[in-house]
Amino acid sequence: MFKDRTSQILLAALVILLVAGPFAPRWAMFLLNVSLSWGVVVLGMMLLMRTGLVSFGQGLYYCLGAYAAGVLHSKYAVSDIAIMLLASIATAGLVAAVLGLLLAKYRDIFFAMLSLAFSMILFGLLVRSSELGSTDGFGLSVSTFAGMALPEGWDRYAVFASAVVATFVSAWAIHRYLNSHLGRLAGAIRDNELRVEYMGASVRRVIHLNYVISAVLAGLGGGLVAITIGHVDPEMAFWTTSGEFVFIAILSGTGNVLAPFLGATIFETVRSYAYEILPNWWQIVLGVTMLLVIMFLPGGLWSIFVRGRKAT
Amino acid sequence: MDQYLFIIVDGVIYSSWLFIIAVGLTLIYGVMKILNVAHGSLYALGAYAATSLGGYWIAQGQPPMGSYAMLILAAILVGLIAGPVIERGLLRFMYGKEEVVLVLVTYAVFLILEDLSKLVWGVDPLSIPEPYSLLGNLEFGGLIYPTYSLVVVLASIVVGVALALVLSRTRQGKILQAVIHDREMSAAMGINVSRVYLVTFTVGAILGALGGALTAPTISVQPGIAADVIVLAFAVVVIGGLGSLGGAALGAVIVGMVRAWAVHKWPEVELFSVYAVMAAVLIMRPKGLFAIPEARKI
Repeated sequence: MFKDRTSQILLAALVILLVAGPFAPRWAMFLLNVSLSWGVVVLGMMLLMRTGLVSFGQGLYYCLGAYAAGVLHSKYAVSDIAIMLLASIATAGLVAAVLGLLLAKYRDIFFAMLSLAFSMILFGLLVRSSELGSTDGFGLSVSTFAGMALPEGWDRYAVFASAVVATFVSAWAIHRYLNSHLGRLAGAIRDNELRVEYMGASVRRVIHLNYVISAVLAGLGGGLVAITIGHVDPEMAFWTTSGEFVFIAILSGTGNVLAPFLGATIFETVRSYAYEILPNWWQIVLGVTMLLVIMFLPGGLWSIFVRGRKAT
Repeated sequence: MDQYLFIIVDGVIYSSWLFIIAVGLTLIYGVMKILNVAHGSLYALGAYAATSLGGYWIAQGQPPMGSYAMLILAAILVGLIAGPVIERGLLRFMYGKEEVVLVLVTYAVFLILEDLSKLVWGVDPLSIPEPYSLLGNLEFGGLIYPTYSLVVVLASIVVGVALALVLSRTRQGKILQAVIHDREMSAAMGINVSRVYLVTFTVGAILGALGGALTAPTISVQPGIAADVIVLAFAVVVIGGLGSLGGAALGAVIVGMVRAWAVHKWPEVELFSVYAVMAAVLIMRPKGLFAIPEARKI
């Protein structure tokens, strides 16, 4: 099961991060925690991009996942990490299963626009719902994992470990999926969906499936960010959040499941420093980087690693 | 009954504003097939430039009526500088790429311009209230409206009629229509397509900046307005059908009326209603209300 290189790297990263976690300084753990959560969202984005679709509305599921965890805490007094994350996944997955019925018919900018409209609908609803804190959102906290109380001082590590395990499971599952018969259809659909239909596969069903998977990952990422930061707000569904996911996905490239995590870590690290040192240059850096990647590195950062080797 | 009158008047004012911010976007898409995310930034730049030029004019002690000319001058200046720089400096290397990639390219431009405007104008809110306060108020149907709203309505009618006339009655307009219909064939017939693109993008940029410049007197100009406006403009042009002038007008009226209705009748759903209509139209007519059917290419 772990014979190929990507799986081995994933497994090694899982062990190293879990062991090194308790010894890492708090800021590093936090930074890595947020990066991995964003990486999970971008992993879903990458799956969509492999299918030839760019969504400007992944914020919808990211926000739903976060609010699902938040509402459990604030309305139902649940503060169990496992239950919260399951709720994030379930909420995002259910909504995507329904919206996917519609979106699977759309391509190109129309897919981008309709997904944008859906996420802005959620934004518009949350901004006006005073019960859920309107534009300010609300806070949440965690105290147990699957019923087990977290020992004093270990709650941050529990969140971090959850993110690491969730990252490992999703990355590894997507890695296996992409190499399966069904997963390989994604690239074929991007290249020429008419031919895929002639071969007897249902393009709509594959797109629907990939859409739901990407939404589940975005929901999971949102839930992880919610329990990491301890706060949720409607900005998570605003289109600029989705734009940042698009940015990281372009930067990372779609070549390998490790790429989104690499991209997200670079993004979060540069952002946390850029905000302090040059607050008004951050987006210029982003924009210029994005243009350079589009023009000179269409395969994203990941293509640097596979240069000279045959891309899979 | 009166309430419906207010809704209609509010709707007309809001629709006019929406049309001005969206018309440049649909023009650029129609001709160049670029869904220009940076259109929101041009709006913001127009608004910022209007506060600077207008503020300078007032500070010089010039006749305050001239500040209207300053708003328009600001829009033209922004469009004439930013349009050619973006088109010649960047977009022309991107033609032929997929539409989605072009969205990403203009999104990158959007990000760059966001920070550029912060670097030039700072992050504090700016304002240019004179053109707004100067005109006073107007009573209509028992309610008091700022006269400046009438200026916006008139401006949007002028812009819409002028564009429609140029497109249908002039030689340049015919050339533009030829390019919209078939770029390669027009090039083969001797039309200088790259010049048409440059002019179109510049005109679109001026229109975007004009939207900002005309809005500047009514809002406080600060970071974030570009991101708010571009999604609204998207909603308007997507509802009407991308690239269609009539579509943009219809989209503006629909969004404007729906929002005015929501504000009066059901304020909780104000923001939500706009995007709900956008999603509903995309679901019923995936390419918008005025879309031209396209053959499926293999």
